[in-house]
Amino acid sequence: MKNDENFYKAQERLAKVKAFFLVSPLLVFILIFFLVPILLILAKAVYNPKVKTLLPQTIVLMQDYDYKNNAPKEKVLKVFLIELQSLAKQRQSGVLAEELNRKVSGFGSVIKKTSRKIKRKNLNEITNYKNYLLSISKKWNNPYYWMAIKRSNNSLTMSYILAALDMQYDIEGNIELKETQIYVPILKKTIYMAFIITFLTILLGYPTAYYLSTLPKSKANLLMIFVLLPFWTSLLVRIVSWITLLQEKGVINDILLSLGVISVPLDIVYNQFATIVSMTHILLPFMILPLYGSMRAMDPVYVKASSSLGANPFITFGKIYLPLTLPGLSAGAILVFIISIGYYITPALIGGVDGQMISNMIEFHMRTSNNWELASAMGGILLAITLIIYWFYEKLVGVNNLKLG
Amino acid sequence: MKKIVLVTSLLTASLMAESLTVISWGGDYSKAQKKHMIDPFVAKTGIKVLFDDYKGGIAEIKAQVESGSIKWDVVDFEYIDIEKACSENLLEVINPSYLPKGDNGVEASKDFYPDALSNECGIGNIYWSVAFAYNEKFIGSNKPTTISDFFNVKKFPGKRGMRKRAQVNLEWALIADGVEKSKVYEVLETSAGQKRAFAKLDTIKDSIIWFDSWSQAPQMLNDGSAIMVQSANGRVTDFTVVWDANAFDLDGWGILKGTKNLKKAKEFIAFATGTKPLIGMKDVNYGPTRASSSAQLSAETRAKLPSAHLEEGFKVNGGFWSDYSTELNEKYNSWLLKK
Repeated sequence: MKNDENFYKAQERLAKVKAFFLVSPLLVFILIFFLVPILLILAKAVYNPKVKTLLPQTIVLMQDYDYKNNAPKEKVLKVFLIELQSLAKQRQSGVLAEELNRKVSGFGSVIKKTSRKIKRKNLNEITNYKNYLLSISKKWNNPYYWMAIKRSNNSLTMSYILAALDMQYDIEGNIELKETQIYVPILKKTIYMAFIITFLTILLGYPTAYYLSTLPKSKANLLMIFVLLPFWTSLLVRIVSWITLLQEKGVINDILLSLGVISVPLDIVYNQFATIVSMTHILLPFMILPLYGSMRAMDPVYVKASSSLGANPFITFGKIYLPLTLPGLSAGAILVFIISIGYYITPALIGGVDGQMISNMIEFHMRTSNNWELASAMGGILLAITLIIYWFYEKLVGVNNLKLG
Repeated sequence: MKKIVLVTSLLTASLMAESLTVISWGGDYSKAQKKHMIDPFVAKTGIKVLFDDYKGGIAEIKAQVESGSIKWDVVDFEYIDIEKACSENLLEVINPSYLPKGDNGVEASKDFYPDALSNECGIGNIYWSVAFAYNEKFIGSNKPTTISDFFNVKKFPGKRGMRKRAQVNLEWALIADGVEKSKVYEVLETSAGQKRAFAKLDTIKDSIIWFDSWSQAPQMLNDGSAIMVQSANGRVTDFTVVWDANAFDLDGWGILKGTKNLKKAKEFIAFATGTKPLIGMKDVNYGPTRASSSAQLSAETRAKLPSAHLEEGFKVNGGFWSDYSTELNEKYNSWLLKK
C-alpha cells in the first residue's frame, strides 16, 4: 500500500520534471531576453556610482562638509581641483558635468567652464582655491552644488525616482516638491487620455461587434476584413493618413472650408485631439475582436427568454446581454487601456506638444538627453501603475473571466 | 532561431569589419556627399562604405561609445555637437597634420580656414547656416524680411516651423527682442537673459510646429503646413531664404572613440576634406572649408553661400553650447511642456 503511494508520487514528480524541461526553453528565453534586461534597466533608477568613481578622494574628504559654510575647506578644494584637472586632461570632465547636472540643474556648465580653465593651469600657483573658483564662476558659492558632491558618496539614490515624480531633496535632505511640475501632469494626462481612448473604443466598438455578431458567419467574416484590414496596414501609414486628413491644408479642413462651414482652418493636428482620434482608430480592433468573440459565443436563447418573460429591451440589455459580454468587454478595455498608457509612436508623430504622453518623455531621456537613470525611473513608475491597474481589474472582474475572443 | 541570429550577426559583423560606416544628414546634402565624397573614395580605395542618415545630436553616439558596441565610424556633426562630444570623450582626437595639401600646394594647416581645425576632435567639412525660409506660393503679398518678422504673429499670422531644441532658437528670440547679435551669448549666459529669450518665444509658442529633423523643413514649406520654416540653408534652395540673423556654423567629420576602423576612418576624412570634394558641396549651397576650394568657385556661386551673408548673421558659439546645452535644453523642454 505504502509502496504504491510512493511509486505514484514518484511518477507524478517525474511527470512534473518532464513538463518543466519542456517549458524550460521558454523560461530561459523570457529570463534572458525579457526579465533580466528589464531588471538591469530598472536598477539604473536607483543605482549610480559614476560620480564616486570620477571624484573618489574629493567625495571622501567632503563627508564632513556642512552646507552652512558656503565652500569646503581649502585642502578639500585643492584635492577637488587636482581631480578635476586630471579628468579634464583625460576628457572625462564632460562626463562628470553631465552627471552632476542631473543632480543639480546648472551645475554642469560650471564644471565644464571650470575644467576648461584649469586644464593647463599649474595648480600650485593658486594661493586661495576658494577665491580662484569664485573668479571662474560665482556659482561655486552655491552650497547645493557641494551638497550634491557630498551626497554622491551613496551610490544608491532615490533622487531619480523623486525627479520622475517632480520632487527633489532640499539642502537638508528632506523631500520637497519641485517648482515646475512636468512629469506628474504628463502622467496624469497619459492616464486621462488612456481612459478617453478606452471609452471611445467601447462606444464605437460595442455596436460594431454587436452588428457583426448578428450577421450570418459568411457575411460577418467578410465585414471583419474591414476591421482587420487597418490592423494589418503599417502603423506609420495609418498615422500619416491621419496627418493628411487633419492638417491645416488637409482633406477635412479643405472640405469644411469649401462648404463654408468654417472660415479659418481648424487646428486639429499636432495636438492632443489628433492623438486621441488616431489612437482610437488604431486600437479599435483590440476592442472589437474580444467583444465579437464573446458575443458570438453567447447563446441567443437567453435574450429571447428574457424578452418572452416580459423584460423590455433595456432591461434585457442591462441584465442579460451586458453581463454575458462583460468578459469580452473587460478584456478589450484592459487591452486598450494598457496598450495606450504606454503608447509611443502615435503621440510622437501626431501629438505636437500637448499630445505627448509619458512614454515620449521616457524616449526623450533614453535617446536625446541620455539620462537613462531618469528614463528608467519613469519606466518603473509606468510599470507600477500598469500592475496596480491590473490588480484592480483582478479584484473587480477576475482575470479568469478575461476572454480574448 | 539561435542559428539564424548567429549567422546574421556573424554576417553583419564581417561586413562591418570590412566596410566603413559613415553617417550624415540625409536628403540633398547626403546626395551631394555621396557624389563628391563617398563614391570617388570607394572608387579610389576600394573600401566599402555604408552611408546612412541620422537626425543629429550626440545621444546615439554616446550610447554606442559607452556600451562599447560601435556601429558608426565617421559622423558628420554640427560644430555645436562636436565640442560637446569631444569634451565628453566620445570622439577620437584627430591631428590635422596628416591631411593632404590643397590643390594649389598649400599645407593643409594653412589651407583650411582656422575655424575648420578649431576642435581637436573634428575636421571642418562645410560652412552652413540656419536661416528661415518661406514659400512664395503661400506667403501672400506681405513678405517677411527680418527675424523680428518671424516672431511677429500679428503682422504675419500662420504657423512657424522650428527645430525642437534650444540651440539657435534662443539666440533668435533674443535678437528678435532687440539684443545685439554680438552680445547674444553674453546675455544668454545670465538667467535674466534666458528668461527674456523664453518670454519672447512665449509670444509665438502657439504658432510653432516643432520638427526633429532638418528633412522636415522643406516638406512643411512644400505642403504649406507652416508659412515660415527654420532650416539649414542647403535644404530650402527651392524657396526664398531670409538671411537676417542666420546662424552661421560649421559641420565637421568626427570619429567615434574606440572604433576598429580608425585607420580607414582617417583615410576617408583626409579624402573627403580634400580641395575637390569640398567644392562639390556648393551643389547644396554649402561653403567649403579650404581656401583652395573657395578660390575655384565662381563669384555667382559664392554669392549663394552662407559666407556671403555673414554680415546679416552671427556665428554660433560651440563653446557656449558645449557648456550650456544640457542645462538649456532641460529648461527648454520644461518650457515646451508648460501650458
